[in-house]
Amino acid sequence: MAFLTGHSGAGKSTVLRLIALMERPTQGQLWIGGQNLTRIHRRGIPYVRRQIGMIFQDHRLLFDRSVFDNVALPLVIAGFPHREIGKRVRAALDMVGLLSKEKNKPIMLSGGEQQRVGIARAVVNRPPILLADEPTGNLDPQLSAEIMGLFAKFNQVGCTVLIASHDLDLIEAMGKRIISLKNGLLQRDGAEVFDV
Amino acid sequence: MSEPRDSGAVFARPSWQSRFRMWLLGHREDSKRSLHELLRTPLNTLLTILVIAVAVALPTGLQVLLKNAEQVAGSFQGSSQITLYLKLDLPEAKGYQLTQELMRDNDIASATFQTREESLLEFKTLSGFGDALDYLEDNPLPAVITVQPTQLASTPEAAEKLLKRLRALPEVEEAQLDLAWLRRLYALMSVGERIATALAIGLGLAVILIIGNTIRLAIENRRAEIEVIKLVGATDSFIRRPFMYSGLWFGMLGGLTATILVTATIWWLDDPVRELAGLYQSSYQVKGLGFTDSLRVLLFATLLGLGGSIVSVNRHLKDIEPR
Repeated sequence: MAFLTGHSGAGKSTVLRLIALMERPTQGQLWIGGQNLTRIHRRGIPYVRRQIGMIFQDHRLLFDRSVFDNVALPLVIAGFPHREIGKRVRAALDMVGLLSKEKNKPIMLSGGEQQRVGIARAVVNRPPILLADEPTGNLDPQLSAEIMGLFAKFNQVGCTVLIASHDLDLIEAMGKRIISLKNGLLQRDGAEVFDV
Repeated sequence: MSEPRDSGAVFARPSWQSRFRMWLLGHREDSKRSLHELLRTPLNTLLTILVIAVAVALPTGLQVLLKNAEQVAGSFQGSSQITLYLKLDLPEAKGYQLTQELMRDNDIASATFQTREESLLEFKTLSGFGDALDYLEDNPLPAVITVQPTQLASTPEAAEKLLKRLRALPEVEEAQLDLAWLRRLYALMSVGERIATALAIGLGLAVILIIGNTIRLAIENRRAEIEVIKLVGATDSFIRRPFMYSGLWFGMLGGLTATILVTATIWWLDDPVRELAGLYQSSYQVKGLGFTDSLRVLLFATLLGLGGSIVSVNRHLKDIEPR
């Protein structure tokens, strides 16, 4: 589990987007889990993304579908059997504490709840990598801490978690590796915040 | 916080049987969902379907018209007659004999002999010259054999062949076959067929463009959704599916409406045509589309719809990448 930090424009999001193949590097190489991502063809991108759970500040939920359907989306796309989809979605929703809201539309949920739906969707197919871009950007401190706790839990079960955040107090409190970027370059890699 | 485990998470991956079953199920779901989607904006959908229907109905209607024209031309073929004008100095008995011989010919259904006197008599009554013809010293009219070819020998080519053969007979001065109008009709019909084909190609292209544009708007409307679905690992074919079904439905419903339009028009024309046919002592009935032709139109329109959506989706899906 590691945090990416730095001022806006430092390249936090870009690192995450490069890993998720939302952007392609113009130079250099990018290796994830023994795979050279710079060599992945357009057609191969979906299969790489299936191994990455992504969480966004703006949640990116589908507002015309229920919470259950939103979380089920990665499983439906991957082609899981119906029975298993139900089981896994409920397990994921239970983990984020939203099991009772599975039939609701995302629009009926609070910001924190929407964020947790997004997290449930990212982890529902148990990806080896979890990327989060400012996951606590719009949340109050208490909710933010709760969500960070969730990420720590996923990390415990063996998931690589990389979180971009500029909430320095919060990430320092987590006591994990912190990678600081500045103007697209690595500034510092350590356990505490390096303030520039 | 506890230390991370050595091993990575167990990435969940479904079996290929499951993936295949879900793929089939996904098709069913998407076909249903895209139909619902169309019904959610009924007026827009109806307009699009009507435009497609008109575009399909025009060449279809022309095709039906041609089929009927062919039928009518075919029924006229039986009445093609060959008239043989015999040589003036040919004795009457020889004329009778030739008639008998012709009647035994395989290509000839019947032959009737008309003597020179009978020709004159007929001319007198039909021409209205009446008694004026009595002043003629000599009967200028030849004896005539009217030959009715058999059904098989009645096509323009066969009749022409028969005509050539009869003209070569030593007793015959001149042989005539009124084929010109039949030829013109056939030529007109082949022009019509070309027009129908050109119309079908042009309007088929129009249908592809119409559906392509409709699908383009649908893709634009669901841009955010497509981005999200791409982010969680959807392949292009997965994203393409609902739009292909929309195109398929548009084409199919358009084709169905087109068949209904054409059938209704034929039904509307039926009475006046029957009246017209009655005036010609014929009991001709307008031939409709028929079951197989209707199916063909439906299939054609459905394929056009599918083609239009595929072209459109392939063109526009690449532009949408998650931001």
